[in-house]
Amino acid sequence: MTATAPPVKKPAGPTGDERLLRTSPLRTLLSRPELGSVVGAVAVFLFFSIVADSFLRASSFGTVLYAASTIGIMAVPVALLMIGGEFDLSAGVMVTSAALISSMFSYQMTANVWVGVAVSLLVTLAIGFFNGVMLTRTKLPSFIITLGTFLMLTGLNLGLTKLISGTVSTRTIADMEGFASARKLFASQLTIGGVDLKITILWWFALVALATWILLRTRFGNWIFAVGGGADAARAVGVPVHRTKIGLYMGVAFCAWVSGQHLLFSFDVVQSGEGVGNELIYIIAAVIGGCLITGGYGSAIGSAVGAFIFGMTSKGIVYAEWNPDWFKFFLGAMLLLATLLNAWVRKRAEATR
Amino acid sequence: MSTPLARTPLASTPLVELDDVSKYYGNIRALEGVSLEVHAGRITCVLGDNGAGKSTLIKIIAGLHTHDGGTFRIDGEETSLSSPREALDRGIATVYQDLAVVPLMPVWRNFFLGSEPTKGVGPFKRLDVELMRETTRAELLRMGIDLRDVDQPIGTLSGGERQCVAIARAVHFGAKVLVLDEPTAALGVKQSGVVLKYVAAARDAGLGVVLITHNPHHAYLVGDRFVLLKRGVMAASHTKDSVTLDELTRQMAGGSELEDLRHELERAPAPSRVGGHDAPPAP
Repeated sequence: MTATAPPVKKPAGPTGDERLLRTSPLRTLLSRPELGSVVGAVAVFLFFSIVADSFLRASSFGTVLYAASTIGIMAVPVALLMIGGEFDLSAGVMVTSAALISSMFSYQMTANVWVGVAVSLLVTLAIGFFNGVMLTRTKLPSFIITLGTFLMLTGLNLGLTKLISGTVSTRTIADMEGFASARKLFASQLTIGGVDLKITILWWFALVALATWILLRTRFGNWIFAVGGGADAARAVGVPVHRTKIGLYMGVAFCAWVSGQHLLFSFDVVQSGEGVGNELIYIIAAVIGGCLITGGYGSAIGSAVGAFIFGMTSKGIVYAEWNPDWFKFFLGAMLLLATLLNAWVRKRAEATR
Repeated sequence: MSTPLARTPLASTPLVELDDVSKYYGNIRALEGVSLEVHAGRITCVLGDNGAGKSTLIKIIAGLHTHDGGTFRIDGEETSLSSPREALDRGIATVYQDLAVVPLMPVWRNFFLGSEPTKGVGPFKRLDVELMRETTRAELLRMGIDLRDVDQPIGTLSGGERQCVAIARAVHFGAKVLVLDEPTAALGVKQSGVVLKYVAAARDAGLGVVLITHNPHHAYLVGDRFVLLKRGVMAASHTKDSVTLDELTRQMAGGSELEDLRHELERAPAPSRVGGHDAPPAP
């Protein structure tokens, strides 16, 4: 082969290939999927800093972060799922289901609430497993499969709650054994430097860090990008495409469980009709964060920035003392702008490589 | 390049052997009675027109489909593959024309996709990123591909380069048999030459190669054996010294059928009206 191979250049030394011009830090930054969302976040931050006086107070910061974290906890697995090329429309009501299951199981069985919490984890993971298996077995679009689960869960939440409790909400479990400790884990509040921070913020940061680690540094992460970017190519080189997708759906279920427990332990009671529509907000956060809606590209940190934009907008409008009806308009405009910006940035980044 | 027959002597058992293999999809005969052998250090070319059964043949060897009749032997042992993973584990790597890589992923992630090396234990088990980057760079260089940046999305490489990366990947992971699905289709002359050179390099590295193509010129340049498929059955099987390029091209192009078509076209009386216009008067 030595005769036919082109003369091989000296391998590049530690300085790198001489044909590669030094990539400027700016250009490296430009090629990150989160860039568009970071620019958007800065713009939203500046905007509300100017129009709302109370927005810059430390206490407001805690409130904004809390609003961001409740969305962010779910936006992380939804982003991973989107990178893996699928949707989960049942994510919003699954949160409510998880809360209802813990609450009603503990109440009806008069068990320690931790038993309910554990049962809820198992059932929620089973729902995620069901989504994943249905998707990979039937090969129907995830939009249809999870739309089905979404409707079924919505009905089950209302129907079963009415059947068991007689009303549309659960009974309070605040006086039950284990409630205090569970509340500590899922809905307590920490005060750091005079700022009240809800524990969901910690859950959120931990999940973002975990998801980033999984995406960038584990085999499973490599497979997530692969099944979203080219499922057939991935399967051909031996990636377990089905197991990866089922795993992603179970990830959504796990985070829905965390979210659901927060919902339950911060309010004692759960309204069975809650959660409808939230699935779209999770998807919006992921898309604003730079996830490609067709899969194969995106980041967990981006979803966090997307959730942060969501938190700033929803609370910023309140601090600016505007009518909150405008919130949805802002969200829609933001989604369009962020997506356009992301598309433009990606095009530029790829063209200049 | 040395002459084909001066290379390593034929091993007694072929790496892969198909004997009278058939595949049916419902009542459709996709493949019937096809036999071929793949030897180490040899290139077996499978030629055929569209719909001749080339894809079905690949899918059987790659483990995507199970054959319905005949015998399929790997290293002389009769088998029936149930998944691409199993084929890979048995040393058969397949490089597809269009789905060889995931375009949005960096070259180094693509290179190791499905067989990623890890370091650390338990929850700290992680990709060995440095090793992956370095190995990708070194392996591609060894095949003569000098890549500027292993971090660029593989979709930004040219079609020929992508094929080469996929071939280098198969060689690196110790494939014994390399199945290439139309590696030169949709490539220009120069790019095709580059790819064929790496096919030859893989052969010289001791791999058995199955080259699927509908281009007899490319096949004849590198092939040692030629199997012709036509409408799902084996139309001919040649060794390089028993056939000329012209003969191969003639058989490939339809041979006698093409001849008949030519005669028919010559003899046919010119229609008096074509497309609503009067035909020009005969000279």
